[in-house]
Amino acid sequence: MSTEATTGASSRVETRAAEITAEERYFLASQWQLMWRKFKRHRLAVFSTTLLALLYFFAVTYEFWVPYGRLTKHEDFLSAPPSRLHFFDHEGRFHGPFVYRLEGEIDFKTFTRVYTEDPSQIFRILFFQKGEPYRFWGLFSLDIHFFVPEEGGVVFLWGTDSLGRDLFSRTWAGARVSLSVGLVGVLISFILGCLLGGISGYFGGTTDLLIQRVIEFVIIVPTIPLWMALSAAVPPGWSPVKIYFSITIILSIIGWAGLARVVRGKLLELRESDFVIAAKVAGSTDMQIIVEHLLPGFMSYLIVHLTLAIPNMILGETALSFLGLGIRAPAVSWGTLLKDAQNVRSVAVQPWMLIPGLLVIVTVILFNFIGDGLRDAADPYK
Amino acid sequence: MRRHASSGAQPNLSRAFSHRLGSHEFQAPLLERGAFTTLHHLWQNLPTRGNMTNYIVQRLLYAAVTFWLLSVVVFLIIQLPPGDFLTSYVARLEQQGDVIDRAEIEALRQEYGLDASSVEQYFRWFGRFLQGEMGRSFEWNQPVAKLLKERLPYTILLSLITLFFTYVIAVPIGIYVATHQYGFNDYLFSVIGFAGLATPNFMLALILMFLFFKYFGISVGGLFSSEYALAPWSLAKVWDLFIHLWVPIIVIGTAGTAGIIRVMRGTLLDELSKQYVITARAKGVAEGKLLFRYPVRMAINPIVSTIGWQLPRIVSGETIVAIVLSLPTTGPLLFRALISQDMFLAGSIVMFLGVLTLIGTFLSDILLIVVDPRIRFERKA
Repeated sequence: MSTEATTGASSRVETRAAEITAEERYFLASQWQLMWRKFKRHRLAVFSTTLLALLYFFAVTYEFWVPYGRLTKHEDFLSAPPSRLHFFDHEGRFHGPFVYRLEGEIDFKTFTRVYTEDPSQIFRILFFQKGEPYRFWGLFSLDIHFFVPEEGGVVFLWGTDSLGRDLFSRTWAGARVSLSVGLVGVLISFILGCLLGGISGYFGGTTDLLIQRVIEFVIIVPTIPLWMALSAAVPPGWSPVKIYFSITIILSIIGWAGLARVVRGKLLELRESDFVIAAKVAGSTDMQIIVEHLLPGFMSYLIVHLTLAIPNMILGETALSFLGLGIRAPAVSWGTLLKDAQNVRSVAVQPWMLIPGLLVIVTVILFNFIGDGLRDAADPYK
Repeated sequence: MRRHASSGAQPNLSRAFSHRLGSHEFQAPLLERGAFTTLHHLWQNLPTRGNMTNYIVQRLLYAAVTFWLLSVVVFLIIQLPPGDFLTSYVARLEQQGDVIDRAEIEALRQEYGLDASSVEQYFRWFGRFLQGEMGRSFEWNQPVAKLLKERLPYTILLSLITLFFTYVIAVPIGIYVATHQYGFNDYLFSVIGFAGLATPNFMLALILMFLFFKYFGISVGGLFSSEYALAPWSLAKVWDLFIHLWVPIIVIGTAGTAGIIRVMRGTLLDELSKQYVITARAKGVAEGKLLFRYPVRMAINPIVSTIGWQLPRIVSGETIVAIVLSLPTTGPLLFRALISQDMFLAGSIVMFLGVLTLIGTFLSDILLIVVDPRIRFERKA
């Protein structure tokens, strides 16, 4: 009986010890650890982060995942609808994923191409097989694709455009441009915003007033007309890489203002706080105060702001390229792909041309969800 | 600093304001005062005349600085394309096979002072602009002022109506979803809101056009049916405009509406969880009266303060939507001008759109001190 009592007591002690350590861990956790804990609780944000990471992964390594090159034309399959994947043939035999032979003919009543499946011939989808050669990142020559149809067959998961180019391959090629424009653009506005916002908040006085007016100006001016005007000035003869960077810079010319405002506001707020004064009294240098005390203080807010600024950049790029003022052919972005869907009639006949737009929407929503989660986590002491 | 020094992004407004409202200096006296109406309260708290004048003068000065910055940027835009506009003009004439009168070109060169330094050219251009002379559009072979006179009214009309509908729809929905948190409609509007924020304007326009084309066989686009496009104004034409207007309004307004609903919901939820609401409820104030008299009025401030930001967004969206839907506004005009490097026209349009939003921001600043007397208190302190 006495032993029973002892074990009971000891287990109670053990659980209390566990509780204390959990509590202690909470108090000892750094700001970033606390933020991570809070962020993890936002299920939607965590899910969105995973999905977005996957999206970026596919965009970075797209050449491997798609069956065709972004410029490869299939002259016999102009404006073909998305291929139907089958697993069982009409006799019910299992073949794994396969497509039937596609036959296209012109309907002379409507002058559109009509495609029918010919069930007599099947082409299996092969995985990790040799296909069209490509240069991965422009560095190594490879020809292994995640999936390719059997010799002689074609597979267009998302259909083809009016020149017979595979939309699935092109959309993922476009993802690389569209998704990276946001990141590069945000990086540039991050540097500009931190610099100008920092100067504004640190020096104060006339400099502050001046920079504040510039920020106000940038926020007040309607962005799209300004973007259009600036990007129309990009010389048409420039190389795709040059055009890409000029468009990104144009997008971030507007983007920095909001960030600079956040930096300045936070700097002013934190500059007067007790812990900064304490650090000063303790003999820290200005640089130490900025790097060790101020920067961690508003870094979290900056990250939130950046996360929410990326989708704006992506939308901006899409809009500009859609108008033909942004990324230009032969470079591919989601905007240039949507440019082909500009005409209502073409959308009515080939609704699959809107798929890149769907990806834009998904990406922007994902970024917004992550931003929401980060915003809740940004101030873990609340 | 009037505008939320602590946070810049719009969704953060709730936080900026809630911390400002955190002190109970305003709520307590409000509850103790027995019968007072909103209007009476507003009247009593109107800023004193001297203070208000100061504020307006300061805002006007800021607007003047912004206007000047705008003119510099627009001048840069005009100057950006390689060569000057005369070289592209000559090139176009040559393309059309026209005979080029050297003397005429030289005269134009003289008139626009293209040989002068950039600074001199800027002042010449800006001076002319202030006098209402915006140069000539070479593509249309018409004065820019005349072209703008035809199109700008539609841009202003469309922007203002969209702005109006954005608020009329968003604020009640915001209040509704905040008071019915986690209800079906709350989720419904959240989903619509996120989709609305994420869908590019032009994409929404395309989808709507596609749906109308597919299911009703009609093509939406333009602001008038063909029979009214050139007709003189009549009641029937106004009605025709009215029918055509709502598609662009939906397309342009959706993103803004979604944003405002989210801000309204967030701020109102912050307010509703505050102690003064519990106090009022404990005192037996009727739910509806309680809601509209205190928390809603508090929550509406950040909304009012961002009207000035909403307008640039609407004008911006209007530009691209107008191109897709081929509306007779400045959007397609700007687009064509940019493609053909008709830079005086393009520059003037950007300038006018900027001025339009500048005026909007100025008015919203004034509106804010009328609605939110705390700004006066803050300035005094």
